[in-house]
Amino acid sequence: MRFLPLIWSSLRRKKFRTIFTLLSILVAFVLFGYLAAINMAFRLGVDVTGADRLVLTHKVSLILPLPFSYLARIQAIPGVVDVAHATWFGGIYQEPSNFFPQMAVEPESYLRLYPEFLLSEEERRAWFANRTGAIAGRSTAERFGWKVGDRIPLQATIWRKKDGSRTWEFTLEGIYDGAEKGTDTTQFLFHYDYLDEARAFGEGLVGWYIIRIDDPHRAAEIAERIDNTFANSPYETKTSTEKAFVQAFAKQIGDIGTIIAAILSAVFFTILLVAGNTMAQSVRERTSELAVLKTLGYSSRLVLTLVLAESFVLAGVGGGLGLGLAWWLIQQGDPTGGGLPVFYFPLRDLLLGIGFIGALGLAAGILPGVQAMRLRIVDALRRT
Amino acid sequence: MVGFSLFGWISQVTTVTLLNLRTLRERRGSSAVAVIGVAGVVTVFVAVLSMAEGFRATLATTGSPDTAIVMRGGTDTEMNSVLFREDTRIIADAPGVLRTAEGPLASAELFVIVDLPKRSTGTVANVALRGVQTSAFQVRDKLRIVEGRRFEPGRNEVIVGAGAVRQFAGLELGSLLHLGKTEWRVVGIFSTGGTAAESEIWCDASVLQPAYRRGSSFQSVYAKLVSPEAFDEFKEALTTDPRLNVKVMRESEYYAEQSRLLHSIITGLGTLVAGLMGIGAVFSSLNTMYSAVSARTREIATLRALGFGGGPVVVSVLVESLLLALVGGVLGGAVAYFGFNELHTTTLNWQSFSQVAFAFAVTPALLVQGILYALVMGLIGGLFPAIRAARLPVAAALREL
Repeated sequence: MRFLPLIWSSLRRKKFRTIFTLLSILVAFVLFGYLAAINMAFRLGVDVTGADRLVLTHKVSLILPLPFSYLARIQAIPGVVDVAHATWFGGIYQEPSNFFPQMAVEPESYLRLYPEFLLSEEERRAWFANRTGAIAGRSTAERFGWKVGDRIPLQATIWRKKDGSRTWEFTLEGIYDGAEKGTDTTQFLFHYDYLDEARAFGEGLVGWYIIRIDDPHRAAEIAERIDNTFANSPYETKTSTEKAFVQAFAKQIGDIGTIIAAILSAVFFTILLVAGNTMAQSVRERTSELAVLKTLGYSSRLVLTLVLAESFVLAGVGGGLGLGLAWWLIQQGDPTGGGLPVFYFPLRDLLLGIGFIGALGLAAGILPGVQAMRLRIVDALRRT
Repeated sequence: MVGFSLFGWISQVTTVTLLNLRTLRERRGSSAVAVIGVAGVVTVFVAVLSMAEGFRATLATTGSPDTAIVMRGGTDTEMNSVLFREDTRIIADAPGVLRTAEGPLASAELFVIVDLPKRSTGTVANVALRGVQTSAFQVRDKLRIVEGRRFEPGRNEVIVGAGAVRQFAGLELGSLLHLGKTEWRVVGIFSTGGTAAESEIWCDASVLQPAYRRGSSFQSVYAKLVSPEAFDEFKEALTTDPRLNVKVMRESEYYAEQSRLLHSIITGLGTLVAGLMGIGAVFSSLNTMYSAVSARTREIATLRALGFGGGPVVVSVLVESLLLALVGGVLGGAVAYFGFNELHTTTLNWQSFSQVAFAFAVTPALLVQGILYALVMGLIGGLFPAIRAARLPVAAALREL
């Protein structure tokens, strides 16, 4: 501790250089943190999917519908605990760019399948009771400034009404929160009955089924049993775990997510290389000063510790501030203004960032530190 | 007199600059770091924007201005549209449609999505399967069969786009495709010169209708017009026809519209990230130039004592910084060009909900932008150290000896 003033004064030796080095480390870590969140969003929050949930879609493509009558048949299959269904609505709220997912569901069963959607008891009852009622996730509600009781019109792109109109009106009966950070709070959910009775075509069809099973370890076996039940019917099915389903979907965009992540990690390391080199350079310039310290009786080990400490202070301060700033930026919301399903700083990446800070401090300090340790006083003093 | 002093000034600038550049070798470590910093930023800047550019270019060249697409009114993509057989006949007979001996050049089409495994990840992806009428080959006149032959009407045969063959497994010539209860034989591979249609699979619409229980309905009509100018007349005739409720767009606009969202997201994200990284690179070139100046304190002070002005010193430092940035910019541009140009990938086109194969396009305009960006970084990184060099108090600097 008593060497702190010494470290402090060597950092102040070239103030501009110290500040610029700090700032470039800071920028690198802001980028790192922000990209971690974006990468997470591209993975569509796959880490928080339910292990005991399966998703059943049409075998040919998930855009093809399935009959509503499958519900009871799925329910009867051994290993299945609970079933819900959902249908994609795909409406436009005011402008096509205001995208958020809208699904027609059977409210009670859907909320049973997704306990991570937290809704107060009153809102829950109000929604169940109102056929044209809907609920929205917190981030979508905040994005458009909705409050409970608001009337929300959506322009259908798929589902025309029987009377030929395309405007569907809903009353917002509740706003749900996510139980976990990664829970998707962008969904807009409303009664399937409302959709099914008023739409001009597609009666009795649903989009996909969500199934809870009793034992996640038997997921593959149960999925196969379900698909066999519907094999050779006009609507063949494909059942997969929710995780596999979300992953496959994320990978459809995924190539780009991977490319961005790859490019950016390359650059993250470029900036760190630059900062590390500057730090090493500043130690080399002080060779004679370090020799003086040794002359005064500082042990080689102590000189190494001093150089390393200096490098760790720079990396720690710059990196720490950078991660902090990234965290703050992420709190301000995602860059598309609420369009990404999840946007948060994953804990795993935060820890990884802290690891990188340590690695940077060590990498930048170790070479000049060892050189300083091995320095022979006579040589060093003669060099000037 | 004025001319003479200007000449003197220029000769001073040249002298100091050459002196600086000659000593570059002694500072190659820190100079190399500044160059790498700038190169890294330019690589990312150009690479990310080339991805956005490639995606845009693929969709923008897909449509031609003398082709119109007709869908049901109120829908925004072919996928959500429904047109009945009567509708498609009325559309084909509308004024403005190009006619040949066989009839009007209009193709009523079906557009469905099928799941196929992606080669790169092995997971399923949405691939567009389009059912067309034989006139489609004349409507899309860019289409060429590069291997095999066209499908025969009425048979379960498909032809596959060159982009789709590259990106999805099981589409090679001669292979059998199982979709639901029907089997399709791949009989040909077609190219359209890198447009979005190359990511699709095509078959006969009349075979696809029963396979997907579509009865006699279609989803869109593609019509070749007499000329690009005939579009207004064609659109007017269809939208005022009381028998129809349709939306009419130029094919080129329809596809350009689809690229807008993703293009703006990637460009926005790329600019944001490159901007942040640029700040980091400016710090590293500031460091390099400050240490370059301080390493030469003596020389600069000597020059000043000999009567050299402050201006030439400023210019010389700036020139050095810009030169380093230029090298970095060119290096970064080269890495982006050789590493990413023509790199093939696919992504989900949200509007059509199907995969579009495209290639990164590192265009000359992007390279110029990248190098300009490098020069801006070099200018900022050199300016402050240059001013400092010019302001060095001569006496104090000489004493530092």
